[in-house]
Amino acid sequence: MSGGMLTLRAWRDPILVAISLVALWQVLHEIAGDSAVTAPAPTLAHLWEMIGQARFLPHLRETSLAFLQALAIACGGGVLIGVVLGGHKLTGEVAEPILVALYSVPKITLYPVILLLFGLGMPAKVAFGALHGIIPVVLFTMNAVRNVNRTYLRAGRAMRLTPAQTGWYVLVPATLPEIFSGLRIGFSLTLLGTMLGELFASQRGLGFLLMTAIDLHDVKTILSIAVLISIFAIAANAALLAIDKHLHRGAAPEVSGKP
Amino acid sequence: MIAGAPRLAAVGDEAAYKIHARLEGVTRVYPPRAGHAEVHALGPISFDLRAGEFFSVVGPSGCGKSTLLDVLAGLAVPSAGTVEFEGKPVHGEVPDGVGVVFQEDASFPWLTVEDNVAFGLRRAGVDAAESKRRVDFAVAFMGLRDFSRAYPSQLSGGMRQRVCIARTLVMQPRLILLDEPFGALDQQTRLLMGDELLRLWRETSATVLLITHALDEANLLSDRIGVMSARPGRFLDIVETGWPRDRDSRLAERADFGAVTSRLWSYLRGESLRALGQGTAAR
Repeated sequence: MSGGMLTLRAWRDPILVAISLVALWQVLHEIAGDSAVTAPAPTLAHLWEMIGQARFLPHLRETSLAFLQALAIACGGGVLIGVVLGGHKLTGEVAEPILVALYSVPKITLYPVILLLFGLGMPAKVAFGALHGIIPVVLFTMNAVRNVNRTYLRAGRAMRLTPAQTGWYVLVPATLPEIFSGLRIGFSLTLLGTMLGELFASQRGLGFLLMTAIDLHDVKTILSIAVLISIFAIAANAALLAIDKHLHRGAAPEVSGKP
Repeated sequence: MIAGAPRLAAVGDEAAYKIHARLEGVTRVYPPRAGHAEVHALGPISFDLRAGEFFSVVGPSGCGKSTLLDVLAGLAVPSAGTVEFEGKPVHGEVPDGVGVVFQEDASFPWLTVEDNVAFGLRRAGVDAAESKRRVDFAVAFMGLRDFSRAYPSQLSGGMRQRVCIARTLVMQPRLILLDEPFGALDQQTRLLMGDELLRLWRETSATVLLITHALDEANLLSDRIGVMSARPGRFLDIVETGWPRDRDSRLAERADFGAVTSRLWSYLRGESLRALGQGTAAR
């Protein structure tokens, strides 16, 4: 496979999504008018101007920092818990329904509790972001570890691998594609959680700017921030999807059945 | 290329055979588990594998053929009895010099054909030049040269099984254990793979033990065929075929070929019916 082809294919979809969104945006503007949806061109100009301003950067930094910390906790902690639960059958079987149930709870209802636990500010945002992202990472990792093809492990034993070699050269590559799929979903949900955390009771960050703009009915700023976050999310998702596809390249399209 | 076990003397002279592996009174019993009674899967079974021979094991489904291979390979521990390979006891660990090819596709999907084949050599710390020499040979030997940079998902089931055989071959095993390696392949591919297996066996001088459910395949490939009973599996008989060493699938045209298959079937018909009955009773 050629790298060029892979890149082209990986970027085609997000570019199409972006064009459609801008078109949809323009249509919405025509219908709703400036009081609800400003037009794409002036909004993007406003975004550009905003990014250039010195007072904007600390907010961007605050949100980025919160997101990165939350992501590190969600991914690191999720993989760690997932490996433990996947490696121990009974623990995994007990934990899975609990995790699935937790996953379906609207976590926003817990935000007041988070705020009481962590107080206003960075730690609450990080905790809320991580809370959103960690469960899918745990579930995907647990299943990846649990569903490792036993034949690979037997082949490893037949080739006289040490336990460490089996871990590094067989278990890690065998589970990585599925774990990465979990990380990709965890990424999106952590971003969602962090942003949600910033929308309520925060004093800094993009979410805070957004809420301030709503209070001032500054539609241009609202949309500018939405666009900025969307661009980041779409680009990051496309990059992660490309890596995901690359990792899954070896996965058999169909398993040869028995006669 | 491959250091072989010494070649053998004339057929019929028991004392002249060098014993390569030995099973003595081996049984395997699976302890009872929630809702299931204890299962006596295998044995007691005793037999000697002669150095350099091609030995097949046939038997009704569920008779413990694969368990026999696992025990011999050191992948499973016998409940009673002893297993020896080259005079040393085998117990829960695959000995150096033994190669195993599984029924299921065991090629690693994240590695190319070449890297799959080189996998065991790299882990064993064989130096790069020697490793490359052996991998090139094995890849060519198994007819995979045009696919050395392909991933297993791009190959057919037969090709993937060849990757697994090549991966075992590069380790230069003196005893090759094959657990129904062609079970998932179509009949034509099976015949061709059988020929390749014979060629591999002749050129490496390794001892081969093949588990199969195909009587023709066992007949065609083997010097001796162990016929197993329904569970718990024991040898009903060990049939000597007496085929020449440089045989291939055209052997099936010989007049006396059918007689051996018939003999195997005469043993197995009753056992297979019994096995079928066990299955019905278990259900």
